[in-house]
Amino acid sequence: MSEGFFSRGFRGRRQPDELSARIPPGQYLERGFPVLSAGPTQHTPTASWDFSLLGEVDQPKKWSWDEFQALSHETITKDIHCVTKWSKLDTHWEGVSVDTLLEQVEYDADYVVAFCDGGYTTNLPIDDVRDGKAWVVYAYDGQPLEPQHGGPVRLLVPHLYFWKSAKWVRGLRLVDQDEPGFWESLGYHNHGDPWKEERYWND
Amino acid sequence: MEGRALLERLSWQFGEVVAIQGETAQARSITLAVPAWKGHQPGQHIDIRLTAEDGYQAERSYSIASPPQESQRLTLTIERIDDGEVSPYLVDELHIGDKLELRGPIGGYFVWEARMGGPLLLIAGGSGIVPLMAMIRHRAAVASTIPTRLLYSSRTFENIIYRDELERLVKSSNQLAVTHTLTRAQPSEWTGYRRRIDIEMLREVAWPPDQHPQIFICGPTPFVETAAASLVTLEYEPGHIKTERFGPTGGGV
Repeated sequence: MSEGFFSRGFRGRRQPDELSARIPPGQYLERGFPVLSAGPTQHTPTASWDFSLLGEVDQPKKWSWDEFQALSHETITKDIHCVTKWSKLDTHWEGVSVDTLLEQVEYDADYVVAFCDGGYTTNLPIDDVRDGKAWVVYAYDGQPLEPQHGGPVRLLVPHLYFWKSAKWVRGLRLVDQDEPGFWESLGYHNHGDPWKEERYWND
Repeated sequence: MEGRALLERLSWQFGEVVAIQGETAQARSITLAVPAWKGHQPGQHIDIRLTAEDGYQAERSYSIASPPQESQRLTLTIERIDDGEVSPYLVDELHIGDKLELRGPIGGYFVWEARMGGPLLLIAGGSGIVPLMAMIRHRAAVASTIPTRLLYSSRTFENIIYRDELERLVKSSNQLAVTHTLTRAQPSEWTGYRRRIDIEMLREVAWPPDQHPQIFICGPTPFVETAAASLVTLEYEPGHIKTERFGPTGGGV
């Protein structure tokens, strides 16, 4: 909109090219790890935690904490991008690929809804959680994931804005029809690709 | 706000700075005239985009401090983060007559309007007062008598944002109570709380759980974590506790 406009006196703080190439438009580099949650932090003991695949699957599947820990796991290093403008580079996680979970069910669905303790939900096309794009993680930087950051277990979908990486996740519901989740119903973009700046409705 | 309005893309638009008011040594309020503004709900925020002369851009989000009743005008209150990229510009550099690019309103959860009822419990740490002030100002603008309590934690007396206005509003409006706590230093005659927020303070100040208050907490992350966790312990309904956190570490309030 603003051909030729600039903010008088604003210089800004540029990053070196090798870093700025990794920071999507409108984002800035953050070295801490901010916490953003719409309500109180959930505290779910691992003894009462489980993870489910439900919905359009032939046989719903549920893993207890111990069963989940026994699944083959991966270490993941990814850049993450929060819609509130911060990006954090080279974050280290450990958890189970969503591919590993989906291999254990027969399903026919185009979308998933992640559901969580506390009632949070977020929706994703199934293609955004398959083929090495999404994980269910229980460790950050070599330590058990703290409740503030979504522990004991959160979803990790690093190629989308971080609200898609649902904290305190308890399962995925596989569905035929897309169902907007919590933030997606409150003005935030249905898909949330940071490189396309899909922040808000109709971006 | 109408659902239809939300379905339109939030386009970038210009606001012109028409008033600036110092609030504390670190914070000031900037009032923008925004001719195409379509309204907002108290608690929402906007995105600001700054553009350097060579085209480099930076975006940040800021809470709206003004109520929707001031049509085509938006007030932001911005606290300087000393090593920040954007806030020092907004607090120290921006003049009356300058233009800012903005878009919004954003956020449909951390909002309260009088029609949503009460009682209302607002808990602020530092500049976390800003979105809650939009609620308080809205409540006053519509002459609401919904019982409202604000618990507001600041480092020092001088750090209290909107101190005089809050005092005036308490005197002029029904059913509004404001409780301050000062965590670092207190004037010698100070009779309020002198410590960080804790479960005992919340027990004394908050509406009892059986009155089912609507609760909004805004502040630095450790502050919000303490307040929200304490309220859950005191058996307030977690679904009625809405939070907004800022900063990676925060602290001090």
